[in-house]
Amino acid sequence: MTESRGPQAEKAPQAEKAPQAENAPSPGNAPEAEKAPPADEHARVEAQARKPVARPGPLARLGEARHLGLLAALALLVVVGLVTRPENFATASNLVSILSLAATIGVITVGMTFVIIGGGIDLSVGSIMALASVWATTLATQSYGPFVMIVCAVLVGAGAGLVNGLLISYGRMVPFIATLAMFVAARGLAERMSDRKTQLVQQDNQMIVELSTTRVLGLPLLVFVFALVVAAGWVLLNRTTFGRRTYAVGGNPEAARLAGIDVRRHTVLLYALSGLCCGIAAVLIMARTTTGSSTHGQLYELDAIAAVIIGGTLLAGGRGTIMGSILGLLIFTLITNLFILNGLNTSDQLIAKGLIIVVAVLLQRRGLESRT
Amino acid sequence: MSNPLARRGFLVGGAVIGAGALATACTSNEPAAQPSPAGSQPAGTPAGGTDNDQPGKQVVIGFSAPAADHGWIAAIAKNAQAAAGQYSDVEFKPVEPTNDINAQISAVESLIAAKVSVLVLLPNDGQQLNQIARQATDAGIPVVNLDRIFPDKLSYRTWIGGDNYGMGVAAGHYVGKKLKDKGVANPVIVEIQGIATLPLTQDRSKGFADALKTYGFSVTAQQGAQFTVQSGNEVATNLLQAHKKIDALWNHDDDQGVGVLAAIKEASRNEFFMVGGAGSANAMREIQSGNSVLEATVTYSPTMASSAIKLARLIAQGKGMSDLVENQVPQSITLASETITKENVAQYMPLGFES
Repeated sequence: MTESRGPQAEKAPQAEKAPQAENAPSPGNAPEAEKAPPADEHARVEAQARKPVARPGPLARLGEARHLGLLAALALLVVVGLVTRPENFATASNLVSILSLAATIGVITVGMTFVIIGGGIDLSVGSIMALASVWATTLATQSYGPFVMIVCAVLVGAGAGLVNGLLISYGRMVPFIATLAMFVAARGLAERMSDRKTQLVQQDNQMIVELSTTRVLGLPLLVFVFALVVAAGWVLLNRTTFGRRTYAVGGNPEAARLAGIDVRRHTVLLYALSGLCCGIAAVLIMARTTTGSSTHGQLYELDAIAAVIIGGTLLAGGRGTIMGSILGLLIFTLITNLFILNGLNTSDQLIAKGLIIVVAVLLQRRGLESRT
Repeated sequence: MSNPLARRGFLVGGAVIGAGALATACTSNEPAAQPSPAGSQPAGTPAGGTDNDQPGKQVVIGFSAPAADHGWIAAIAKNAQAAAGQYSDVEFKPVEPTNDINAQISAVESLIAAKVSVLVLLPNDGQQLNQIARQATDAGIPVVNLDRIFPDKLSYRTWIGGDNYGMGVAAGHYVGKKLKDKGVANPVIVEIQGIATLPLTQDRSKGFADALKTYGFSVTAQQGAQFTVQSGNEVATNLLQAHKKIDALWNHDDDQGVGVLAAIKEASRNEFFMVGGAGSANAMREIQSGNSVLEATVTYSPTMASSAIKLARLIAQGKGMSDLVENQVPQSITLASETITKENVAQYMPLGFES
């Protein structure tokens, strides 16, 4: 939270004047940008760096407010937990299990945040994860040992994401359609490869399962993997040119193009990144369930998208934060946990989740309107 | 402008294809590459030798079932195929499996049009496919209804299927008896269902509750999963948190049971015993190992598909079941749900399906 406020807060002052300077004379700017040859690296990078910051600038404060809202919602859920099941809720082991439950989908949510900020959508995440988990647990792959399995899962995920990206940016397909195709096809391929069976991680490769059973400082290793991915995602989004370009591309692709960003290549990279996250998630789900299966990750795309949206990322792209997404996801995980702790049935849980999405988006809308 | 791009595109394309080929070569040929421990895949039809197995009139058996999204359904299709393959007088005509009601209706229509001698149908939904089964029957093609029952008795010649209620009863008796013998008062009994909205799930739960009642016990907590490994894992993880001490756990489905077992292991809990459902090979191996919380599983065996094919053949050839006095195949056969424990697991092993 505080971290995400940091960069935006310190850049906010320049941000105020940047938009007028940049955006108003954009037709005039355009030839300049095009004339500016690649050799003039500094000017180009600076233009980009300023630009994306300009966009979330006035919204940074809104973002903080929204994070406060999310924290309040989380706190509320914690209170509900403490009141209804004091003996079970506030235990270390329950906390650990909430975090390990959140880990798999959390990694996917990080990738999804990038894609959505970049103005796209990725419906295929659950299927790609299933495919990666199946590919990594085929007997042939398993014979090479756990490291190859992990590399395989990550590569398959990234590869599938790359295909998404290429179709969208060079094939000029709408992201919704291209990833919908992958959503269907990847699961089909996973079923094909696994012959629709559940593939167990074999005894020799227990190292993968140990990701979830080995505990360091009381937390399973996969929670650390999750934390690492979140940290890496945060740095990538907030501290690198790649991150700033992501905001720029999502906010206004045309302006980003005129500013010299290779929008198409960047889009490819975004989807590949999302795929990569699915690959990592596949390793985590293999660790948790001890299997690879074509049934893994059903409806993950919806959960991930919902978490991102609740977290304050605009579906239209151009703004959003990793932290928001993670908080959104934790809210979802916590709800499931609370419902089961209280022995309530899953249908009510779905209703509650739906309500939360609606309320979160309505609040977002109000926030936006009050700003403009 | 276009030239370097095109070249780059070509290079990237080439690299992608190359990488794909490489990856496929090194990973994709899964089942044959390793000496698979359970080589006895064509399960389900222990070789019997009655007069009925002698070649008879040539018959064509049409077969339609949902697409396998689950080990159990996959085993159904495989068993049917294997059973049909045993007979020289059977021509097996399966149609593309599908989970779409509409597609299954047209698939069955095509079988009717092809004038098969007998149809074996596992409908996606008995209610919704009733009409088409009725059409087949009206066209003079006997229908063997597999598992999911058609509501209208005019729609099928014979029904064969598992006993969901009985499955719950079997699990309930195992759990109840064991806890009674241990002398546990007020046991915590947890139930992880399949998809909670399905009638079959409700039947199972009712059977479980009814059987437990005879011992004076009741289910403490009940939670629905999705028949998938991952959902089983998620639900079990949370349930284990909700109940610090559990005495017995019944999980409706062995496939999701893999996830449940993983969650139990992760939480390092072993104060309770678990009963599975369906009878997958994984579950049986787990039971056989003797050091798992999974002590038993109650069957809902996909071998019923093998039996259905055999029945269909007899019906088409106008024969009865040789062990019965009747000249014709009975109208309905409900399979008993059997309880597999460490004692008898070896005997059931060949019938277990790889989930």
